[in-house]
Amino acid sequence: MNWLRQLFSRGRLNRELSEEIQAHLDEKVEELVAEGMSRDEAMRSARREFGNVGLIEEDCREVWAWPSVEDVFFDIRYGLRSLTHSPVFAVVALLTIAIGVAANAAVFSVVNSVLLKPLNYPKAEELVALHQVAPGAEGLADFENGLLLSPSMFFTYSEQNQTFQSLGVWITGTANVTGMAEPEQVRTVSVSDGVLQTLGVPPAAGRWFSQVDQVPNGPASVMLSYGYWQRRFGGNRRVIGRNITVDSQPREIVGVMPQGFRFVDSDFDLTTPLAFDRGKMILAGFGFHGIARLKPGATIAEANADLTRLLPVWMDSWSNGPGSNPHIYEEWRITPMIRPLKQQVIGNVGELLWVVMGTIGLVMLIACANVTNLLLVRAETRQQELAVRTALGAGRTRIVRGILVESVMLAIIGGVVGTGLAYAGVRFLVTIGPSNLPRLNEITIDARTLGFTFILSVLSGLLFGLIPALKYAGPRNISSLQGAGRTISVSRERHRARNLLVVGQVALALVLLMSAGLMIRTFAALRRVDPGFTDPQHLQALRISIPDSLIAESERVTRTQNAILEKLSAIQGVKSAGFVSEMPMEGFDSDWDEIFAEDKAYADNTIPPLRLYKHVSPGLLHAAGTRLVAGREMTWGEVYGLQPVVMVSENLAREMWGTPSAAIGKRLREFPKMPWHEVIGVIQDVREKGMQDTAPEIVYWPPLVVDVFGSRAASPIRTVTFVIRSDRAGTESFLTEVRAAVQSVNSDLPLASVRTMQEVYDQSVARTSFTLVMLGIAGTMALMLGIIGIYGVMSYTVSQRKREIGIRFALGAQGRDVLTIVLRQGTKLALVGVLIGIAAAFALTRLMTNLLFGVTAHDPLTFVAVAALLMLVALLACYIPARRATLVDPIVALRHE
Amino acid sequence: MHGYALVQQIKRTSNDVLQIEEGSLYPALQRLLKEGFVKAEWGISSTNRRVRIYKLTTAGGKHLEREVSSFERMLKGITQVLAPGEL
Repeated sequence: MNWLRQLFSRGRLNRELSEEIQAHLDEKVEELVAEGMSRDEAMRSARREFGNVGLIEEDCREVWAWPSVEDVFFDIRYGLRSLTHSPVFAVVALLTIAIGVAANAAVFSVVNSVLLKPLNYPKAEELVALHQVAPGAEGLADFENGLLLSPSMFFTYSEQNQTFQSLGVWITGTANVTGMAEPEQVRTVSVSDGVLQTLGVPPAAGRWFSQVDQVPNGPASVMLSYGYWQRRFGGNRRVIGRNITVDSQPREIVGVMPQGFRFVDSDFDLTTPLAFDRGKMILAGFGFHGIARLKPGATIAEANADLTRLLPVWMDSWSNGPGSNPHIYEEWRITPMIRPLKQQVIGNVGELLWVVMGTIGLVMLIACANVTNLLLVRAETRQQELAVRTALGAGRTRIVRGILVESVMLAIIGGVVGTGLAYAGVRFLVTIGPSNLPRLNEITIDARTLGFTFILSVLSGLLFGLIPALKYAGPRNISSLQGAGRTISVSRERHRARNLLVVGQVALALVLLMSAGLMIRTFAALRRVDPGFTDPQHLQALRISIPDSLIAESERVTRTQNAILEKLSAIQGVKSAGFVSEMPMEGFDSDWDEIFAEDKAYADNTIPPLRLYKHVSPGLLHAAGTRLVAGREMTWGEVYGLQPVVMVSENLAREMWGTPSAAIGKRLREFPKMPWHEVIGVIQDVREKGMQDTAPEIVYWPPLVVDVFGSRAASPIRTVTFVIRSDRAGTESFLTEVRAAVQSVNSDLPLASVRTMQEVYDQSVARTSFTLVMLGIAGTMALMLGIIGIYGVMSYTVSQRKREIGIRFALGAQGRDVLTIVLRQGTKLALVGVLIGIAAAFALTRLMTNLLFGVTAHDPLTFVAVAALLMLVALLACYIPARRATLVDPIVALRHE
Repeated sequence: MHGYALVQQIKRTSNDVLQIEEGSLYPALQRLLKEGFVKAEWGISSTNRRVRIYKLTTAGGKHLEREVSSFERMLKGITQVLAPGEL
């Protein structure tokens, strides 16, 4: 504690020291005077022999306590004082830093929460997604999820693998919960044995599913999500053991999962056991997501090899029914490509976030350049002060440290203000962020973000302090004491640092504007793409599912759907309505199957390409605004008569028969037992997977088709999206009437996914619009900072060259000449910046190729337009100072000396 | 003894051979104070001035003895090396 007392008794210590030294000097002077020297001479002589009093006092102080700490304290006090002396500089610099830091901290918190933080499961690094691809399965090859697992694969993998601790499959869906206040459609996740064990999150109440729950036709059980438990049961622990009715089947609640628990990237309300029936297993049924936990020490490569080894075992263990060849899947070339679970969750958003982080980082660089500029100007005006300090014995390190402490302090204050802004920024980002951004609910400003912000602040403080510090700490400053600063004009060399900064700023701003420009072009290109439906804001969509347990008979399901359509069409203001198994871009799991054409030959043991298929009601095309390219739509008469008719997409018709009209009258089927269906209509291509993806080939079956497997005559499509064309779409009153219309047909049918197609569309382009907004913000900030930079440098140059300009005027120069001189200087800087920027952009925009659509990363139009814009703005920024230069009065300027 | 007197003493006893910058005495004194080898008290000098008077502490005395003996050993060594042609 001794050093602490010393730290605080510093004042007394210093006073005593001064007194002691003064006494020493006095005594010496007296002695010299006694020897006959004059008092003045004695004083001078005493001082000379004593040495530099200030320096010695400092040395004495340094003996005590921590000299460097004390010096830094002093530097901080001094810095604060000099900042308050120039409030305009302080405010401008602080705001620049604060905004830059805020933007960086906000984006970093997103990057950190989404990309860097481990998933919310114990030992999350062991978790993997059992991703696999099947390049030989045409149609499925470009499918984002690759080839999902089939139940039989799950059995083979989970029983015979050597690299996993546990393994399971799961699938999302919806279910109707009835028997409580009003029927509700809820999100479900159905899990096989092994999924909960793999994720390893203990339940908040009750227990996990056990093997007993996975027995087919065994006890029906269900687990609740925390949110559903709170919402429906008020968090009552006694619900464990009670029954709820899920899709008309009573299920016993066995447990509740804790708050924040999700299945990989899926929120859910209920989870149910899959309870596969081993006896009915076939090879096919590739609809399940696989998840596993690696054994400690096992690598992904080993696990891939393990599963590759098991694929032939799988083909030998199961079949697709008598007479089928199980080894036809060899042609699919199924290849396990296991990924870390985190990568599966993050998906393609990682790249986007890094691009945004990079651009925001560039903005920070530009901001630093601006502050450096401000500091340089300030250091120039402070030359005298610095020179005085040097003359008084301050060493070079001391001065450098002083300037750095001042700039770091500035940066930290800016950082604190910026962190405050960042809280608002994060909320903003979460609002405008793509609503399908993974882990959105996990985004917070945590310790790591604060640490990042602090380091960023200190580093930028050092960065923008270093140039002025090195430039003005040199010994040559002594000349400024003698007023050597009064040269006629300012030497080129003194401007070099500032000019470089301006060039750098312009170049960086150009890169950012270029990327923003490319995103604008991408967005414009997307707007021109026909999604396959028209006027989406007046197109209401909603999902209705009719479970087997509610209406068992097939035709009655379709009749009920038909009745709902009629009730909906009768609502005031409804122009038309229809239903389909899935509208484009809705993002539900789609159905694929092999499609055979009657007039094509297929070699034995080969499978035709897999095609996406949908079921569509009469009237849907008209309601959605989807064009019929050739032929006609099916009628309700044909639907109920089980007439074998089908429609296909235009690209499928072209691929198989050359032209849309040639397809009419041709016949298709899914599998050998199915009757041939005649193509009666060809439908325009729709952007099923999103605006940026190519339109897949699609087969459109009727909503009721001949059932070739089951005991019934026909099988209906039970879960469909209804679309209603009305100017009132999306309004509350309209939805109330829609609900009433549906319930008038069957009061047990809940509505789900109620939204307009505009919302579906917006979500599909959310990634692009988010990138656009972020790059737009970054580009605008860069442009503004760049303008301020150029303007600042040019104004300062003009004020420094006042005398020179005065002389030019005195010698007969015209205003125009002076204007040209200043403009030429500014243009030169901007031009160099633009050229460097173009080169940099050429290299960097390639990184965002995957975010672009309908435009190349080196789009000449964008490059030219952005370069021209930047040059124009730069000229404007020069024009104002140049204009001021022409107003210099030579007499005033020269008398100023 | 106080600072000024110390300087005079050094100059006098070394017959002005050791010329030191007078001020540099003070940082040295502060270091000794910090190590606890000397202690300081305010008193009155012979010229009737308020001065700080430094006294050697016991620890300081021991340290001095050690330093002096090690210095003497070194000096002896140097002298022997420099002593001409005894071989």
